[in-house]
Amino acid sequence: MSGATEGVLVERLSAWYGRVQALKEVDMDVPPNRVTAVIGPSGCGKSTLIRCFNRMHETISAARVCGKVILNGVDIYSPEVDPVQIRRSVGMVFQRPNPFPTMSIFDNVAAGIKLTRFHRGSELAESVERSLRRAALWDEVKDKLKDSGVALSGGQQQRLCIARALAVDPGVLLMDEPCSALDPIASYKIEELITELRGDYTIVIVTHNMQQASRVADHTAFMLAGEDGIGKLVEFGETKQVFTNPRDKRTEDYITGRFG
Amino acid sequence: MIVRSYGWRKAKSLVMIALVVACVGVALVPLVSILAYVTVRGATALNFAFLTQLPKPVGETGGGMANAIVGTLILLGLACCVSLPIGIFSGVHLAEYGKGWFSKLVRFITDVLTGVPSITVGIFVYTVIVLPMRSFSAIAGGIALGIIMVPTVTKTTEEMLRMVPRSLREGAWALGVPRWRTIVSVVIPTAAGGIVTGILLAVARVAGETAPLLFTALGNRFWHSGLGQPIAALPLQVFAYAISPYDDWQAQAWAGAFVLTAMILIVSIVVRIVARGRHITTR
Repeated sequence: MSGATEGVLVERLSAWYGRVQALKEVDMDVPPNRVTAVIGPSGCGKSTLIRCFNRMHETISAARVCGKVILNGVDIYSPEVDPVQIRRSVGMVFQRPNPFPTMSIFDNVAAGIKLTRFHRGSELAESVERSLRRAALWDEVKDKLKDSGVALSGGQQQRLCIARALAVDPGVLLMDEPCSALDPIASYKIEELITELRGDYTIVIVTHNMQQASRVADHTAFMLAGEDGIGKLVEFGETKQVFTNPRDKRTEDYITGRFG
Repeated sequence: MIVRSYGWRKAKSLVMIALVVACVGVALVPLVSILAYVTVRGATALNFAFLTQLPKPVGETGGGMANAIVGTLILLGLACCVSLPIGIFSGVHLAEYGKGWFSKLVRFITDVLTGVPSITVGIFVYTVIVLPMRSFSAIAGGIALGIIMVPTVTKTTEEMLRMVPRSLREGAWALGVPRWRTIVSVVIPTAAGGIVTGILLAVARVAGETAPLLFTALGNRFWHSGLGQPIAALPLQVFAYAISPYDDWQAQAWAGAFVLTAMILIVSIVVRIVARGRHITTR
């Protein structure tokens, strides 16, 4: 199992889409085995930031990154690091549930193991069950593991995607607005799940929903695009402090709903 | 005023609908009459012997086109052997890695090839394969048909792969699945229904090609004796029999046309079934 102790240390991270800069000199120390929320208005670079944590950002053509992201003492952007390897230890859950449509529920969860390493059948079944249990989905799908993954409801699909991400035993789990396509009850279940996983994984969750951030996160980062349209980190601290006693005026304005 | 203008609009709408329906009718007339004519003329000449026997020598009645039916199937098989690897791999290249000038060139050539008359392909294969081999052959025919299929297969493969949403690829990449493995295990299976549909349509299209076979496969009145030898094909046999002066040969030409049409119809039905299955899986 995970038992990860690593956090994510971000140093002077900037990111571009072609000539457009999306992120400027972000410094941040994401604590291990805790939940960190990234909040801020649309277009402030929240998603870009976490997509730099598993080198997903650079899969977009002409996108590039400058700065350091240190994981387990290794800068994931140093030239000898293989981005594919990094993604095996940093899982990601996306805005819209994206189970593989041609695969069964079982195969969806097993996909990470099947497609990346040699494995034994028994080991596979075990790890699929464990992952589905961790994602609080096992009881709902244990009798229909052979059914298609896309036949599930939206909330179940998202938990399936979480199970899929957990199956490869990542230390870090990135969640990019995981509830934005879900109804309130399904969102609540995901939040509950995040609370369950807290302590075993370093979780970074991007969210539009400030209540959600205050409910699930130990630490909160507030980001904002400046006059120049480039996203910057405004404030990062314990969730309680950020929400009740923000150091920055802009954080206070955002949280009290004066803009954004 | 309001009431009158509404009546006017309704009248215009009626006229337009009538026009559209009439055009559909006109378009259907030749289609339906071809099918009906082929069916009536072909089905009456069709019998068990036609499907199982060789052509009889001139002067004798009876016999069939079994060799041509088998020949067409062999030619289509060879055409698939040639076109599917090239077409599918090119399509994957264009969809997944196609960014530079090379891909632009490939795309352009593919578009041009789609429009090349099939007889041109025939001449090309005649010059490049038949002349050096000093023999018309099944292989030459299969290659000619295959070359005609390649652009269609390439294009449909590329288009179907492009329809697979980026989010699925990202889902696989995020698990640490390498890019090639994502293509093989996630992207291609998702697009498989569409790719198969495109391939079957390409097969149906070349099944009726006659011109490129005239000087590659040539035709044969007997069972083929190896892939290096001339081979019979339905369209060739239909052509030869249709222009003959004998009534029973002409009747057999109709039967051949009917069998060919039926084969293509069956392929189209298979396409429909495959396409429907695909909609269920991707919802």
